[in-house]
Amino acid sequence: MKNEIHPVQVILYEGGGSTPWEVDCRLSVTASLLDQGYSVLRVTEAAGNGAAMRTTRGIPVIVLGRFTGPMPEVVDGAGELRIATRDTASLGAEEILSLVTTVREDLGADLNRPGQTGAWKPWFPVIDYDRCTNCMQCLSFCLFDVYGVDEDKRIQVQNNDNCKTNCPACSRVCPEVAIMFPKYASGPINGELVKQEDLARESMKIDISSLLGGDIYSSLKNRSEKAKSRFSKERSPDKALDERKRCLTQLQQSGMIPAEVLAELDLSSLPSPEAIQRKAKELAALREAQV
Amino acid sequence: MSDLPAKILYCRCAFARAVPEATKNAVLGRLCESGISFESVADLCEMSARKDPRLAEVLAGDEPIRIAACFPRAVKWLFHHAGTPLPDDGRVEVLNMRDTSADAIADALLAGTTSHSPSNSPTP
Repeated sequence: MKNEIHPVQVILYEGGGSTPWEVDCRLSVTASLLDQGYSVLRVTEAAGNGAAMRTTRGIPVIVLGRFTGPMPEVVDGAGELRIATRDTASLGAEEILSLVTTVREDLGADLNRPGQTGAWKPWFPVIDYDRCTNCMQCLSFCLFDVYGVDEDKRIQVQNNDNCKTNCPACSRVCPEVAIMFPKYASGPINGELVKQEDLARESMKIDISSLLGGDIYSSLKNRSEKAKSRFSKERSPDKALDERKRCLTQLQQSGMIPAEVLAELDLSSLPSPEAIQRKAKELAALREAQV
Repeated sequence: MSDLPAKILYCRCAFARAVPEATKNAVLGRLCESGISFESVADLCEMSARKDPRLAEVLAGDEPIRIAACFPRAVKWLFHHAGTPLPDDGRVEVLNMRDTSADAIADALLAGTTSHSPSNSPTP
């Protein structure tokens, strides 16, 4: 998780001691900043969201305004915020956007920028606990350790960043239609209400057990054990990768993993045979505990 | 229901094209034309993934909250995923920009606000 990256909060201050912005400028600046990954709080003296500026500990803040008097000094008594205040009285939208970039860099703040190379697209499963029955199918299925359990042995999403962008495979194996990917195009995976016909369709899903003769980890474990004995005298990383690739290809052919996702997978990043065996043991223990 | 003015949260869905461009632009346009304060974020999904503490700030207080984003089921569990579940006391209204018209969304966001009409032309 990119915990080290925080969206910078920009406050468009249009309250007392300032003049409001033109509508076009306000819209242009707000939309552009949002599209770059900033969050924007507009503060006016009218009702809604409070004239009080709400800030959050640890998140850098840039206050912009057309101040009618001396520019106010905004300080954080607790010393927990990085705040910069700038007067935009003589600036147009483009100049304001440039100013924000400069100030952000001065504050040493980084952004997860939409559409930029290296930016993380927020693609990860979201569990609907009103539907989830804790069957662990998703945990069994996912090869990338996205899922885990909490201290009460309840399934949870633990590693968002491990999820493969645009792959909704785990939601397709969920027998309760409880896994959503909000950025997916169609329902119910995108979060639309689950309809009766969706449930009927889900009941016709390929059973993972029938697909691979057991859960994914058991299957991979068996494969890795066979491979281990086969290659015990001349273990080859390439052959191990081929083995994993064959397994994934089988999943892709079943329609569970989109071909384009499979094509982008870095096979060397897949779990090692040892990790697969460890995971299989953990799953077996979890299931025993549930019985 | 509280008589306090509603907090407004607008999600830009900046990391994907899940919300139609025309709808999200038109809704933001109406918010910017109004005289109200509002909070807007680049992407609720990203904030949820990072368990952004500002989501808790949005929910703090007793005011009604109107959220313009996507499917209410998704938004509900995105907040839950972030560790800040939406209160179930009826004060949160989620408006779905994926399948509702921009005008209907904006009307609902701005309903009852004291500065509903276009405003804030610059002082000469």
